[in-house]
Amino acid sequence: MLLRHTPIEIKERSALTINPAKTCQPIGAMYAALGIHGCLPHSHGSQGCCAYHRSALTRHYKEPISAGTSSFTEGSSVFGGQANLVSAIETMFTVYEPDVIAVHTTCLSETIGDDLVQIRRKAEDEGKIPPGKHVILANTPSYVGSHVTGFSNMVVGMLKGFAASSGKKNGKINIIPGFVEPSDMTEIKRLCSEIGVPTIMFPDTSGVVNAPMTGEFQMYPKGGVTVEELIASGDAKGTLALGEWASAEGARFLDATFKVPCKILDLPIGLEATDRFVDALRTIAGVSVPDSVNLQRGQLVDVIADYEQYFHGKKVALAGDPDQLISLVEFLVALGMHPVHIVTGTPGTRFETRIKELTKDSPYPVNVKAAGDMFHLHQWIKNEPVDLLIGNTYLKYVARDEDIPFIRHGFPIYDRMGHSYFPSVGYTGALRLIEKILGVLFDRADRDATETKFELVF
Amino acid sequence: MSKNEEITMKVDPEKAKLDMLAKYPPKVARKRAKQIVINEVAEGDAVPEVSSNVRTIPGIITMRGCTYAGCKGVILGPTRDIVNITHGPIGCAFYSWLTRRNQTDAGPDGENYMPYCFSTDMQESDIVFGGEKKLRAAVKEAYELFHPKAIAIFSTCPVGLIGDDVHAVARDAKAELGINVFAFSCEGYKGVSQSAGHHIANNQVFKHVVGVSDEGKKGKYVINMLGEYNIGGDAFEIERFMEKCGITVNATFSGNSTYNEFASAHMADLNCIMCHRSINYVAEMMEVKYGIPWIKVNFIGAKSSAKSLRKIAQYFGDKALIERVEEVIKEEMPAVEEVLKEVLPFTRGKTAMLFVGGSRAHHYQDLFNEMEMKTISAGYEFAHRDDYEGRKVLPSIKVDADSRNIEELEVCPDPEKYRKRYTVEDEKRFEQSGFTFKDYEGMMPEMGNKTLIIDDLNQYEADRMIEMYKPDVFCAGIKEKYSVQKMGIPLKQLHSYDYGGPYAGFKGAVNFYRDISRMVQTKIWSKVKAPWQKKPELAATYAWE
Repeated sequence: MLLRHTPIEIKERSALTINPAKTCQPIGAMYAALGIHGCLPHSHGSQGCCAYHRSALTRHYKEPISAGTSSFTEGSSVFGGQANLVSAIETMFTVYEPDVIAVHTTCLSETIGDDLVQIRRKAEDEGKIPPGKHVILANTPSYVGSHVTGFSNMVVGMLKGFAASSGKKNGKINIIPGFVEPSDMTEIKRLCSEIGVPTIMFPDTSGVVNAPMTGEFQMYPKGGVTVEELIASGDAKGTLALGEWASAEGARFLDATFKVPCKILDLPIGLEATDRFVDALRTIAGVSVPDSVNLQRGQLVDVIADYEQYFHGKKVALAGDPDQLISLVEFLVALGMHPVHIVTGTPGTRFETRIKELTKDSPYPVNVKAAGDMFHLHQWIKNEPVDLLIGNTYLKYVARDEDIPFIRHGFPIYDRMGHSYFPSVGYTGALRLIEKILGVLFDRADRDATETKFELVF
Repeated sequence: MSKNEEITMKVDPEKAKLDMLAKYPPKVARKRAKQIVINEVAEGDAVPEVSSNVRTIPGIITMRGCTYAGCKGVILGPTRDIVNITHGPIGCAFYSWLTRRNQTDAGPDGENYMPYCFSTDMQESDIVFGGEKKLRAAVKEAYELFHPKAIAIFSTCPVGLIGDDVHAVARDAKAELGINVFAFSCEGYKGVSQSAGHHIANNQVFKHVVGVSDEGKKGKYVINMLGEYNIGGDAFEIERFMEKCGITVNATFSGNSTYNEFASAHMADLNCIMCHRSINYVAEMMEVKYGIPWIKVNFIGAKSSAKSLRKIAQYFGDKALIERVEEVIKEEMPAVEEVLKEVLPFTRGKTAMLFVGGSRAHHYQDLFNEMEMKTISAGYEFAHRDDYEGRKVLPSIKVDADSRNIEELEVCPDPEKYRKRYTVEDEKRFEQSGFTFKDYEGMMPEMGNKTLIIDDLNQYEADRMIEMYKPDVFCAGIKEKYSVQKMGIPLKQLHSYDYGGPYAGFKGAVNFYRDISRMVQTKIWSKVKAPWQKKPELAATYAWE
């Protein structure tokens, strides 16, 4: 047993987090910044923050993740990080030649109260920002929220840095895709273009963190939302924000600042959430949904009907990010499954309310916690076992100990490939989720069946 | 006069150095110029000075991490039965959770907290009003849940800034709970790299744990292994052949280790240092306080392993042990030589670059030498001058402001536990046979002339080096892996071993030979270009031909 010290008896903890179901803001900001074309993320803090975030993102994507650090020392921690950041901006523009540097703070620079706007002004005054180059900013204190909050703050940072209103609408729809994979971003763009909606999507990490092998190392691969597109976001017809936690703030900023109206939707994971997304797209664009999309939807419904008996009544435990979990839980319920233990490390009571609403018809008591941890989830499972586990790689320890079929979803996934290339959003993504769920359930059935009960056909 | 063979370099190293410096702003170039050195080994192993253990220039994409990573991640991470609580916002604990591949055997007692991650997950209110109260509560909750032998507390950046007294919390908890509780002021900003964290970890482990229990392992030849972290099972392999030789490893710092092993480390008769950079402090202190001498060993490479085993046997000077060690080497080597023979046709004459850690960039050159591969460039991530140039330069190393921040413990002989480990006769024997203690000669005297030594290599320089020299294998870590591979050069991770290993000892050498041989033969690198990219001039034809 790997987690042999986890007791079945649950004691309330007020101070100790064990096996977190979240990480800190800056990594989300770094990931979002990678979704801008020609952008070098910069971590204003100790070297370790940047090293840890780059390592984690690299393990998840198996791709180069470049980012700078202010390399704080004890001196800078006492006297402030201004000198370090100004020097970093000069070094990075000279050596690495990005178009954009996206600076995010850390708990260190936030605690000492560094003023990023003032430091950027100083760099500007000293001529450290070459003409036509940009430095954008996001405050991402690690002691507030989670990696999802950091993603959201960098989305706001890029809009504050670039969005502008020319007074003339450009007829485009802004899409904020949420803290999702590059494959998901590609699929969202594909759906929009299939339906005939011209979009600006930001951030867009597709083509950046799943770049091809070319024989050359390109620090700034072809993908990413461009500066021009970000500027034009202020002239858009409207914004669709996918996921309250990761995307709503950016959409609200555009609404408040440039009167770009917004609609906040759930992440389009699963049948119904994708339906709502497609419906919103066609309403906004005033078009009818093309046959190609209807075909995909029909195929998905068909598959669910074909395999309905295997989903029915199965209990599921999940850990992950709020936006992802809300849509996943809705999808599992639609499949006839029963999500019974759901935990996110990201705070927010609305999460618990939403999950309770979605699971209100469940025959089982539903445990849900925002700002919870995987230790607690494991204890719930020990008390009420489940048939399926969904979450990031760290749950494999629970899956092995409790012998539960497990599919990986969310961040980070260190031990499987696929998330960069195969989406989980849209009807296509829903099919892939079903394939994964059935795959582990059938493997289990095959493993456990006696020789007499071994089935050829499922 | 030059002592070492000159390595033929594809590009004149002077030119390569200028190429790398050309793009930097003047201040950056001046600093980097002192960290990029062309090797020249003179008589007496004199080598040029390498500026190292100095600050990384802000904005440079460095390989380095922080003090917390060196303390909690490297030194204390591999000990299985201490509950390690990170005091800070969630990130630091999260990123150091199981990511270093320190394997462990939970043993008959089954106590193993390594798969767990413990954090106080500080929130804004803790930063504003202080986090001590939450930390106290967290320590208590951990104790009530697990009843561990010991609890360790690690400070992250904001903790030092807001002034939480983690040591007071540890002291009080120790008195209240009756178990050992100790804390580390290892805030990330404390030093220029992980190295500061190693030192802080060494100090606190020495102060609070070593010497606490006299219940050491019993044996005729009892040693401690220092600076071996059991990545991919290295320590298991070392323990395997040590046992075969009849040598008892009392404590490993800190791969596959337990609290009690640290506590009784002072009972051993010899300290053997693998990673000099991360652990020499505790060895030095144990020598002064308990009289345990230390020697440098290297179990990376089959021949190096044999050499190190012989050195240990020579220290004890017992004929039976010397003979037994020779027998074991004789037993182990045929399997190694067989695989070596298999891989040599593929590896002979190939080139390697190694940029990693504080000892690995040196040690792994032995494995490449065994495969008849040439190391054309190497450097450390966080080592100091003595690791490059040898301990002989220690007196001339200037202590700068960053190093002065780290406490130097004043240690004196323990009135009860100090015990001289060898006699006057032994001393004569050591002198006659040329046996020396504290004998780390550093990386450079063993490298060819004209090779490039680069400290704290960064992404831009790596990119240039690969372009200019096109090595057959590049060794670094996870952050470097994929940018190097995009250029068509295979990268071997020497922190995580690409999830393979062990690479230490005899069985480890076999694993490494096979992995490198596979990597230099992998066919995918030749398929980067599609047929139509290789021969674009072929225009479409109208008919099948």
